[in-house]
Amino acid sequence: MAPSLEEPDHVEDVIAHPLKQKPNLVAPEPEHCPGPESEQAGKADNCAGCPNQAICASAPKGPDPDVPVIAQRLSGVKHKILIVSGKGGVGKSTFTSLLAHAFATNPDSAVGVMDTDICGPSIPKMMGVETETLHMSGAGLSPVYVMDNLGVVSIQFMLPNKDDAVIWRGPKKNGLIKQFLKDVDWGDLDFLLVDTPPGTSDEHLSVNAFLKESGIDGAVVVTTPQEVSLLDVRKEIDFCRKAGIKVLGLVENMSMFVCPKCDHASQIFRATTGGGKGLAEEMGIPFLGAVPIDPRIAMACDYGESFFDSFPDSPACKALKGVVMGLADQIGLDAKDVLPEQ
Amino acid sequence: MSLTKVKHIVLILSGKGGVGKSSVTTQLALSLSLAGHSVGVLDIDLTGPSIPRMFGIEDSKVTQAPGGWLPIPVHEANPSAGVGALRVMSLGFLLPKRGDAVVWRGPKKTAMVRQFLTDVLWGEMDYLLIDTPPGTSDEHISLVETLLKDTTPEQLAGAVVVTTPQAVATADVRKELNFCAKTGVKVLGVVENMSGFVCPNCSECTHIFMQGGGRAMADDFGIKLLGSVPIDPQFLVMIETGKRPRYPAGTLVNGQDMSTLTIQDTTSGADETRDPGLLVEKYKDCSLAPVFKSITDEVITAVEQSGTSS
Repeated sequence: MAPSLEEPDHVEDVIAHPLKQKPNLVAPEPEHCPGPESEQAGKADNCAGCPNQAICASAPKGPDPDVPVIAQRLSGVKHKILIVSGKGGVGKSTFTSLLAHAFATNPDSAVGVMDTDICGPSIPKMMGVETETLHMSGAGLSPVYVMDNLGVVSIQFMLPNKDDAVIWRGPKKNGLIKQFLKDVDWGDLDFLLVDTPPGTSDEHLSVNAFLKESGIDGAVVVTTPQEVSLLDVRKEIDFCRKAGIKVLGLVENMSMFVCPKCDHASQIFRATTGGGKGLAEEMGIPFLGAVPIDPRIAMACDYGESFFDSFPDSPACKALKGVVMGLADQIGLDAKDVLPEQ
Repeated sequence: MSLTKVKHIVLILSGKGGVGKSSVTTQLALSLSLAGHSVGVLDIDLTGPSIPRMFGIEDSKVTQAPGGWLPIPVHEANPSAGVGALRVMSLGFLLPKRGDAVVWRGPKKTAMVRQFLTDVLWGEMDYLLIDTPPGTSDEHISLVETLLKDTTPEQLAGAVVVTTPQAVATADVRKELNFCAKTGVKVLGVVENMSGFVCPNCSECTHIFMQGGGRAMADDFGIKLLGSVPIDPQFLVMIETGKRPRYPAGTLVNGQDMSTLTIQDTTSGADETRDPGLLVEKYKDCSLAPVFKSITDEVITAVEQSGTSS
């Protein structure tokens, strides 16, 4: 059979129905299976002759019954913000933890961080709580508290050994994300920050679908200046648009490096195509700011310290404050309440 | 089966994103080609393919031939110069618009990875490098499953694992090493990328992403550190604009003098035009080429050892 790749991709269908219960199949899914959870299940051309056809066709096609349960559970959460990027290693987790620490500097704000990067969770290490475990209480799973007003949930807290690989396919990852939202006792939060893995796949679809009903404020997109990175980030913004997630703004990370010896500013990841600012203009989204490279951020992350508290006067920290204020503005909050002057 | 005539298959893996899997893949491919081997690069990062951009062939389209797809040639073999042919296949070539998101769930990614492994007409080839997305999920499971089923142990040489020095990255890469152990993929060694940045102004080396993490991890797992690769903005400039790398006098990389500009060349900075010539030719002038030559030699030795021992 001649290979066919250019078949139309039902992006809208995938985004609209990512959470259908997968029926119990009698055989492995064949190639070009439309997905047992999809609208096309049992009816697509490729389903002809598949032993699962009757099962898929008769499976219930309604929305996931757990979605209202999640909405109920998260009713005390005021703002839900996703941190996304098509590209890996651009600083999503670093930015998430910095943002969480920045929000938590106001003692009146309660902040939650949910790490949906199942295969490469970084938040626990950056927050210095890598060895903690989740505990069950009457009301559900309790997040790990980094500070009195900053709680974290990550798969890392559920692993028997810290280096264990999580070799999971999509549906299992979706199940865990559902558990994080349904079974964790988040309590009343001002901000729930959701850190995501790179890409536009299962984790993103399920986070979006589970949170849709309870309302997502929007997504902060993180990038680095070079085109290799912008290329993937463009795809992520396209995804947000198709999925109906508002893009709150774009942050350019690792934008400059100032040599500690001679103060010479180098563009390590050279912006040959306009960098983050250019991309923000091209896509018509707000540009929240550019954060320079500071080796002390990498160090603070490795030791699980708050860069925000340790080096408040560094240029990177000042740039970050600007980004936080811009973000506060985007979600309709007064910057002074979010980040009070100390 | 499209892989039957491929001698050695090497996976490029990392649990962490953005550590330089694609740039390490690119440079390994260029170095192997410079060593006279014929090389293929398969990019299975379905939601963020970077390889077409790396080789400057974003506009290329895949052609269909009877029995499968033809990979995109980057350059042909040049036996007189001792350069082997280099060909590339990536999902990027199949997308209608470069900014479009590929929103696929697991089963579809699985099917596509299988199709990429079985339907590309590679023909006869010394090395196939497979660039992977970050993580240990659908793509990786399908890739390893298919390779273990469809290739001989002599063909599946093993994996080169890429990391950066900081602990946040090695924490994820350790998971990838455990993935390899669980699935029975041999680890050929670790490449530590982004280890230090040499200021172009004062030659001071700053360890932006800490130092020594790659070696510590390699020692912990009893595997070989193939080499440490510093950050070279000139490499990125070469990839992005097609400019031949040039270095001011006195540039030392791993103790080797890389300066190509003896007098201050005033045109080199502002001039953003693409230099003529093949990427593989320009790469010879890059400060990272000697670093990767030694990494490549290590990889070739490891691959040949694994071929004879099994």
